[in-house]
Amino acid sequence: MSCDCSNTPSDQPAQTPPPNARRGFMLKFGIGLMGIGGAIASIPIIGYAITPALKKYKNSWIDLGGTEDFPEGETRLGKFTNPNAAPTDGESAEQAVWVRSYKPAQFQVFAVNCAHLGCPVKWFQQSKLFMCPCHGGVYYEDGSHASGPPPRGLFEYKWKIVDGRLLIDAGRLPGLEQSV
Amino acid sequence: MFRTIKNMVGGLLGWTESRSGVITFVQPILTHRVPRDAKWWYVFGSASLMFFSIQVITGILLATMYVPSAAEAYSSLQYIDQQVPFGWMLRALHAWSSNAMILMVVIHMSQVFLHASFKFPRELMWMVGVLLLFCTLALAFTGQIMRWDQDAYWGLGIGAAIVDRVPMLGNQMRNVMLGGPYIGGATLSRFFALHVFVLPGLTIGLIGAHMALILKNGISEMPKPGMVVDPKTYVAEYEERIKKTGVAFMPDAAQRDMVFCGLMLIIVGFLAWYLGPVGPNGIPNPTIIDANPRPDYAFLWIFTAMALMPPQIETAVLLIAPPIVVLFLLGLPLISNRGERAPSRRPGAVVVYVLTATALGTLTWLGVVSAWSPVMDAWTSLPTPVKYLVGRTPLEMQGALVIQHSQCRNCHSLGGEGGLRGPNLDNVGSRKSWDQLVRQVQQGGGNMPAYGKNLSSAETTAVVAFMTTLRNAGAPESTIPGAMERQSSPDQAPKAVVGDVGQ
Ligand code: FES
Repeated sequence: MSCDCSNTPSDQPAQTPPPNARRGFMLKFGIGLMGIGGAIASIPIIGYAITPALKKYKNSWIDLGGTEDFPEGETRLGKFTNPNAAPTDGESAEQAVWVRSYKPAQFQVFAVNCAHLGCPVKWFQQSKLFMCPCHGGVYYEDGSHASGPPPRGLFEYKWKIVDGRLLIDAGRLPGLEQSV
Repeated sequence: MFRTIKNMVGGLLGWTESRSGVITFVQPILTHRVPRDAKWWYVFGSASLMFFSIQVITGILLATMYVPSAAEAYSSLQYIDQQVPFGWMLRALHAWSSNAMILMVVIHMSQVFLHASFKFPRELMWMVGVLLLFCTLALAFTGQIMRWDQDAYWGLGIGAAIVDRVPMLGNQMRNVMLGGPYIGGATLSRFFALHVFVLPGLTIGLIGAHMALILKNGISEMPKPGMVVDPKTYVAEYEERIKKTGVAFMPDAAQRDMVFCGLMLIIVGFLAWYLGPVGPNGIPNPTIIDANPRPDYAFLWIFTAMALMPPQIETAVLLIAPPIVVLFLLGLPLISNRGERAPSRRPGAVVVYVLTATALGTLTWLGVVSAWSPVMDAWTSLPTPVKYLVGRTPLEMQGALVIQHSQCRNCHSLGGEGGLRGPNLDNVGSRKSWDQLVRQVQQGGGNMPAYGKNLSSAETTAVVAFMTTLRNAGAPESTIPGAMERQSSPDQAPKAVVGDVGQ
């Protein structure tokens, strides 16, 4: 390095190639190298940052419990652990759904997330309504919209009964674009 | 002895100066000239900076104890509050200083807007300032997530639901925001990265730019009517005036900044000690559906808007309004960069400001009350006022019971207690006739759900019978046609109820 200082083009122009040409080449070469290096480095950077947009997150069939846990004519809270859960999720991996049994072996499984902006709706057995604590959304017992800002009824999960167990298709946060 | 020390210090300073140029760098900052009339109006920018510094210091200290993991964040906050010496007060200081910073930024921005200080040549200062406003709000929002309580969890849910409404890309954007298909550990981690690395870094950079622009362009003078900004002549005129009448920043302006900042810091310190830390409110376990999520003050107005906006226009407003606001704020000095600065000569700007401030203030206040939210435990926690039961028939008493246990009071108040979503029932019998009440209960209407399927006809009759007794003292039952007739033949009431169901 130190010898370079005394060897600048202005000091000894005769012994070096024309300074402008060389500097121009170096500059372009440098920019090119930086570009290639940057592109390589960008692969993991961008990939890492936007993975959640590219990845297809799957739901899976989750066991909510025996059908006898959800007696006919009642709406009860069913709980499960998110199948996509990561070890660091703690209690936020716990999930809840409202399970309504309106006929023998016939269910409606609602997201607790309000169809407006996702606050947790609460079931009131006596008035047979779901009420949302945030902006006053209210739903009837079959999940249809009763009052307030929600643009639609409650989101419903797919369900099936296998060997007397109630399974639901869950894993993603319910939302308008991809209802459950 | 004294002389030796003095020489040593001088030598050290000289040594440092010759190698770093720090004095040459700092001196013009301290001695730059500011307008003589730059008085108390000009302290809010400095106060914003001071609170930001407090945030950086308290934030770094909090980061030494806080665990940004969804499994442990909540308990680490409780540990800081309860076990770590001064932990609770450090958290309180961080929270209240953040509120103070938002307040100072907003006042500072109001002053600049009202005095039109954004006009030539300070357009860029304004734009950088607007970006700083967004950084401040983003820091506040992400900071609220750090509490990792029920407010944070459901607040994220609201954010996710809004992003989800973006056409086509909504779902992908939501997943990027949450770091996955649901709210969990990955979500907290990325908001932590934003809150402690990205946003503070950005803010520090922007503050640097803001200050460099102050030194380049100088602080604006107090606006005077008739003193117009003309980009052709402004710079020369300003420099001329500043040379003649300006004063040095240190100490003339700085002393005022210090007095104000000191006072503010004492107040915020007192608030932190007196009010304590904010949250965490409730374990962020989504199966606890008793949550009653509320955003922090700075975002209450959005919360209100979400409740009051007509649902048909909501998505459009959510997606279109933010870019418009951003573009308007950023573009403001480009639309108007010359002419009068005095508020008295810019009535339009004053009107815009007053309307905006009133709207934001009203929305925030409405958000504090949030009358649209049902009071979820009103039906179990609030007794029916005894005066409404005295002298009632068994049927009417039964009606009072139905009202109580059908959660009517979650939305309707009686005796001043209960929900505010629906009208209070204290004198509903004076407002509505028997038939109208039956119809309202069964078919709903306005914001009320229909109870036709949820109450038996006998229950409906009892409820209506009770409500007709709720009248202003001495007032007769509602005289709207139908009421009197019903009273004279009460035995027909159940029949009418059945006939009205129609579902
Ligand atoms: S989130 Fe339920 S009404 Fe808005």
